[in-house]
Amino acid sequence: MTSVLRVIADLMSNVGQSGLHFFARVGRSIQFLLTLFRALPSLLPRPDLIIKQLYSVGVMTIVIVLVSGAFVGLVLGLQGYNVLVRFNSESSLGTMVGLSLIRELGPVITALLFAGRAGSSLTAELGLMKATEQFSSMEMMAVDPFKRVIAPRFIAGIISMPLLAAIFSAVGILGGYFVGVGLLGVDAGAFWSQMQNSVDFYEDFMNGVWKSIAFGFTSTWIALYQGYDAVPTAEGVSRATTQGVVNASLVVLALNFIITALTLETN
Amino acid sequence: MSVTTDENSASLISVRQLSFRRGDKVIFDNVDMDFQRGKITVILGPSGTGKTTLLKLIGAQLDPDQGTIHVDGQDVHKLPQSELYELRKRMGMLFQTGALLTDLTVFENVAYPLREHTKLPERMIRYLVLMKLQAVGLRGAAGLMPSELSGGMARRVALARAIALDPMMIMYDEPFSGQDPLSMGVLVKLIKDLNDTLGLTSLIVTHDVREASSIADYLYLIADGQVIDQGTPENLAKSDTRWTRQFLDGLPDGPVSFHYPAPDYMQDLIGQ
Repeated sequence: MTSVLRVIADLMSNVGQSGLHFFARVGRSIQFLLTLFRALPSLLPRPDLIIKQLYSVGVMTIVIVLVSGAFVGLVLGLQGYNVLVRFNSESSLGTMVGLSLIRELGPVITALLFAGRAGSSLTAELGLMKATEQFSSMEMMAVDPFKRVIAPRFIAGIISMPLLAAIFSAVGILGGYFVGVGLLGVDAGAFWSQMQNSVDFYEDFMNGVWKSIAFGFTSTWIALYQGYDAVPTAEGVSRATTQGVVNASLVVLALNFIITALTLETN
Repeated sequence: MSVTTDENSASLISVRQLSFRRGDKVIFDNVDMDFQRGKITVILGPSGTGKTTLLKLIGAQLDPDQGTIHVDGQDVHKLPQSELYELRKRMGMLFQTGALLTDLTVFENVAYPLREHTKLPERMIRYLVLMKLQAVGLRGAAGLMPSELSGGMARRVALARAIALDPMMIMYDEPFSGQDPLSMGVLVKLIKDLNDTLGLTSLIVTHDVREASSIADYLYLIADGQVIDQGTPENLAKSDTRWTRQFLDGLPDGPVSFHYPAPDYMQDLIGQ
């Protein structure tokens, strides 16, 4: 009986400790974000720092986004045609491909790819900078790492994500066009005109843009915080990198549901 | 800004009643130290006694649990960030690992503080960087990346970077470890020459007794969170304190144990 009580007490203690640990991390990450916000004005006279990071965060992610976007578009074309042809409405393929890519798949899949490619690289880079005392040395040179290292990467992430999502959607639509029109014989005029009629600039396109900005903000914040907060050892950096990708992916999916629910409700 | 000590006093850095602990481990317990202007002061002590921690406390990268540290008359832990950064521009620090920025070349690493804090023309920055690299014997390595340097070379580049802004003081964290005999001799002389010609104040944390004693004006020996002994190299050489003798002569037995605290060896082996 005593041992059962002890097991229950240990269990409750572990749950309590995990809870405290979780809330402490959330608190630290918010503190990190506030410090980051305070560092943002210092970037105004130094756009070169952002441009350099746009290359490593954004441009270096383009290839994976192009390839993934093309394959997703090809599959959408195939599956969409297969379903729509049963109802003799294969001419609506453009609508289906366009809406699903612009509203959902473009922002979400790009954000997941972004977390895996750019986010992991940001976390590992910051974690290693911490482990090799580069942040300490910058502080001792009277250079604030938030202003010179973290803030430019954060802004580059927020700028890159919607652009990458747009590239993903554009390539996906071309993929869908290639399969639907090129291979399966859907009428090209119907494909484009249906898409043009049904995709609204504000409700659909801008919805995707806002989503991808929110995902860029969240996944870059998580990646940078994980790197900055990493235990400065090889194992610590490795753990932070994995955790960064997992957390960012889950938060993106949850956030997507919330944003979709809110925007559909207002519609 | 609080100024509690005279900016013109002989001490550039004064540490008063400093206490610092990490978890349950006491690193410093009510320590007082003074570092004289224009002098080389060496802090000796076994590994793990908090020598690097002391440098981080002086640079205000860590906050003490108790006590004050004044650098050039300013309480470093009470300064707002902008004033602390102004002070740090006049404080050079050489990290144990070099801590070079790995995405920049050797040249750009040394140029980094100049680019961040001055508006010097590119031509002038180039002159200054090459002069600093020449002083540490690595002008030829200007185009290399930090990953292409040995540990000793990385520390010399870090020294060139630390003196780039012509600071009033330099803190050296284990500058002699990993240096070959040739570099060691040059480095010891370089630290001495920099101190004398630029009128710097130098603080060296090390456990290389011989090299440190050869250039030190004053020595502090620390262990177990306390200053165990202090004085000029000549005075310490004559000291008959058991701890001082053990450390200076490198004796395995004495007040400081070689072994980390552990249960009885035999009992540990037979598992009781």
